[in-house]
Amino acid sequence: MSDPHPSQAPVAQLTGAQSLIRSLEAAGVEIIFGIPGGAILPAYDPLFDSSIRHILVRHEQGAGHAAQGYAMATGKVGVCMATSGPGATNLVTAIADAYMDSVPIVAITGQVPSGAIGSDAFQEADIRGITMPITKHNYLVTDPAEIPRAVAEAFHIASTGRPGPVLVDVAKDALQAMTSFTWPESMDLPGYRPVTRPHAKQVREAAKLIIEAKRPVLYVGGGVIKAKASAELKVLAELTGIPVVTTLMARGAFPDSHDLHLGMPGMHGCVSAVGALQKSDLLICLGARFDDRVTGHLPSFAPGAKVIHADIDPAEIGKNRHADVPIVGDAREVIADLIVALQAEHEAGRKGDYADWWAQVSDLRARYPLGYDTFEDGSLSPQYVIERIGAISGPDALYCAGVGQHQMWAAQFVKYEKPDTWFNSGGLGTMGYCVPAAMGAKAGRPEAVVWGIDGDGCFQMTNQELATCAINGIPIKIAVINNGNLGMVRQWQTLFYNSRYSNTDLQSKRIPDFVKLADAYGCVGLRCEKAEDVDATIRKALEINDVPVVIDFVVHADAMVWPMVAAGTSNDDIKYARDLAPTWDRSEEEES
Amino acid sequence: MTIHTLSVLVENKPGVLARIASLFARRGFNIDSLAVGPTEHPEISRMTIAVNVEDKPLEQVTKQLNKLINVIKIVELEPATSVQRELVLVKVKADTENRSHVLETVQLFRAKVIDVSTDAVTIEATGSADKLEALLRMLEPFGVKELVQSGMVAIGRGSRSITDRSLRPVERTA
Repeated sequence: MSDPHPSQAPVAQLTGAQSLIRSLEAAGVEIIFGIPGGAILPAYDPLFDSSIRHILVRHEQGAGHAAQGYAMATGKVGVCMATSGPGATNLVTAIADAYMDSVPIVAITGQVPSGAIGSDAFQEADIRGITMPITKHNYLVTDPAEIPRAVAEAFHIASTGRPGPVLVDVAKDALQAMTSFTWPESMDLPGYRPVTRPHAKQVREAAKLIIEAKRPVLYVGGGVIKAKASAELKVLAELTGIPVVTTLMARGAFPDSHDLHLGMPGMHGCVSAVGALQKSDLLICLGARFDDRVTGHLPSFAPGAKVIHADIDPAEIGKNRHADVPIVGDAREVIADLIVALQAEHEAGRKGDYADWWAQVSDLRARYPLGYDTFEDGSLSPQYVIERIGAISGPDALYCAGVGQHQMWAAQFVKYEKPDTWFNSGGLGTMGYCVPAAMGAKAGRPEAVVWGIDGDGCFQMTNQELATCAINGIPIKIAVINNGNLGMVRQWQTLFYNSRYSNTDLQSKRIPDFVKLADAYGCVGLRCEKAEDVDATIRKALEINDVPVVIDFVVHADAMVWPMVAAGTSNDDIKYARDLAPTWDRSEEEES
Repeated sequence: MTIHTLSVLVENKPGVLARIASLFARRGFNIDSLAVGPTEHPEISRMTIAVNVEDKPLEQVTKQLNKLINVIKIVELEPATSVQRELVLVKVKADTENRSHVLETVQLFRAKVIDVSTDAVTIEATGSADKLEALLRMLEPFGVKELVQSGMVAIGRGSRSITDRSLRPVERTA
């Protein structure tokens, strides 16, 4: 929305609250997830008349995760809104989550009147101070004239460079005071100049290393999805024939069905992906950050590999692992430039030869495919349920997960073919992410089938948003993988604490009754306990498009996530299944 | 470990000091000293931060500092090519018996007496950390009643200013 009188001197013509809503409209906001309260109340009055759709959630954490899901699904900035004090602190988990996973969201919070700040006023919390370490930037606005600039900068900062959360805290008196509205045409951010264009010399250097390498791997992270670089990545992989691994945050960045794909690396990665990294002589790291869940014990990670590290955030380069060729830039531009540089090398008759390498990694892939146990008592394998959800719903559906065993299985057994179809809490590991994030994704892409694959523990943390979904016509589908336990914690107790199950038994096969709970929330509740009913239950859920569906998949409690690299140990010590270490090549097998 | 002196140009906005101090704390770095004040540009403040780290973590901390939106520029000032100064105010016991000895020490270090009472003098001294340390060592036997010290400030030698492009920024981005 443009200012009708841009050249006129500012006249007091609207309230700060009206200016805030006009600013959000001008920033292109379509949906806000939020809850009103005392300090933010002035903003809710003009919001009532705005073109912006406000979705009234049941808990502010839900608003934050919904903004994340919306941002991940649409590529736009997600917006959440809350009042001061507890409203704002309830957003903290979601803001921290967005910071860890580089999700562009803007959080708008009301603050107590500026005169009361610092006096321990009712519902006062220093949310700017609290969120300083978990936001890309934040603002406390006490002058109504500053509102448009703060909002404009917040959206710019959230969505450019390495994306992330920005919080704008507005004092109540600034919302109530009269002010003028001018949408800033330019921004004055002398300390904010993200580098997107990679350095040509570094790209040439990288191309040289790629040609010389014998055992290269494309180690692909979430930055490739954020940069919308999947098409370029496919060209690069096919041009060079280099094996690809996609991290938890990058599932879907490269098609799972592609021959060059070795799968997901990391603590619960495929043996082929983990093994390829370990044996590699060149890691081409694109928008990934050598997270401890990928590297395992850092000093023994990929010990023979040189590293090309491309990231838009210079601070990620060299943070955990030395980079032989650092490249600061946007993943799409980096990959595009690499393609050109490599084509030039190829034309000059220099091409990498990775035939021996492929023999090695395809052998690993063939010998250690992902798999799972079935149970003799006929109870459901959680992996089977998740595999069928993916197979029946297909690669156009969006998949959202909570945190824990079901998350890892959803990353392993759903086959992703497209970017922006998989959303989870990777860095912070927030139980309770699934339901509200799925809600946000569905609100942003109403035409898509949105599955939330959740655990019974996670589901009980944020399922109040089912009410929001039912009332606002957001028909998500939640598959509760109900093993009655905090499954991942239980798995660690089985493996590392002598099967002493201290406080992991939720008894959620008994209480609550998820089908009744779904019904109470105006959703369709289904239950499935047998393998032969799985397909029919999923199909039934897919046929229901007017209300949310919750399926209680009652599964065996003893299923475990494999492969696994135990925390703090080397990737070399990956277990394919309990007490079963892979052999890295056939000759090694024959010797032993 | 080595002491590194960082000159950090920041936007003069509320909360900047808190952002910088908390960044050091949460990334696990200790600030040895920090001084902040205005510059020749009213909208820019300058911080001089002395931090005790190895080269590798120094690179990480400067990169993290550079990510703060309000941080405009970071330059590491090498001891050989910069002047570094601290200020100390110290109250020393000085009665008629030893006052002349105290004043002698003050003279030797080219310090100044800024307040006198019957049993104490207050001394002002500026200089490098080494010089001030030596002064305080000499004053110690007289009895130090109170001591206050500023953070270090530093400036590069020669005619170039920190805003000149020719100065090497700490962050070595590729």
